[in-house]
Amino acid sequence: MNRNPSRPLSPHLSIWRWGPHMLVSILHRVTGVGLATLGAVALIWWLMAAASGPDSYATFLHWATGWFGILVGIGLSWAFFQHMLSGLRHFVMDIGAGYELSRNKFWANMTLVGSVLLTALLWAWILWGMRG
Amino acid sequence: METMETMETMETPLAQVRGLGSAREGAHHWWTERLTSVSTLLLFIWFAVSLLRLPGLDYRTVNEWLQGPLAAVPMLLLIVSTFWHLKLGMQVVIEDYVHEEGSKFLSILLLNFATVAGAAFALFAVLKIALGGGPHA
Repeated sequence: MNRNPSRPLSPHLSIWRWGPHMLVSILHRVTGVGLATLGAVALIWWLMAAASGPDSYATFLHWATGWFGILVGIGLSWAFFQHMLSGLRHFVMDIGAGYELSRNKFWANMTLVGSVLLTALLWAWILWGMRG
Repeated sequence: METMETMETMETPLAQVRGLGSAREGAHHWWTERLTSVSTLLLFIWFAVSLLRLPGLDYRTVNEWLQGPLAAVPMLLLIVSTFWHLKLGMQVVIEDYVHEEGSKFLSILLLNFATVAGAAFALFAVLKIALGGGPHA
């Protein structure tokens, strides 16, 4: 078929290569849904337990400081940091910046590195405090 | 898609699009999502700093902390901001993945009920502590 090479091609929706920006995009959703469900329940439980009396609060603390609670806590805090950093990235893209391929990829990767780093820092702080 | 020219209908163009969502509403949803993301972020920074500065997270400490207006009021704002934001976000996820009109309607209905109920429980808990006059036992 004859084609004028100076005119743009229509997007090839079936030809693509996996990239960090795609991972960050779907992670923004996954972490958002996780925080909106599990995170919201945890927040409500903590507040209701604190309002209901020492026994309810002891039950909450028992779960929250057990291995299962700490696992959920690490997961939720990572989800929070990932959602927060990719949300900040969204703000930059909302003003029309950061769409150049290399820059876009760099900052997508940085949200992944940053969320793991912040999670590690937070739990190092918490577990160090629990020892002392 | 049939156009107005080829379709015999008694409905006016306005009647045909009513209930399908309007222009402007989408922009408002988008803007409110951004607005609540900023407020939620600022309030969570306050929340994290406050918790880390508390001597512990035991029953008495948390109760005494939430009795002060400078803790209770931001906490109430945090609940409103967070639940508002999560409602807006979850709605977009539902709209993107639930295509059947009936299930979509039901999902968004349940989302609204769950969000308001969840926020109400959280707000009640903070108000009870803040206005209840001291921890029990």
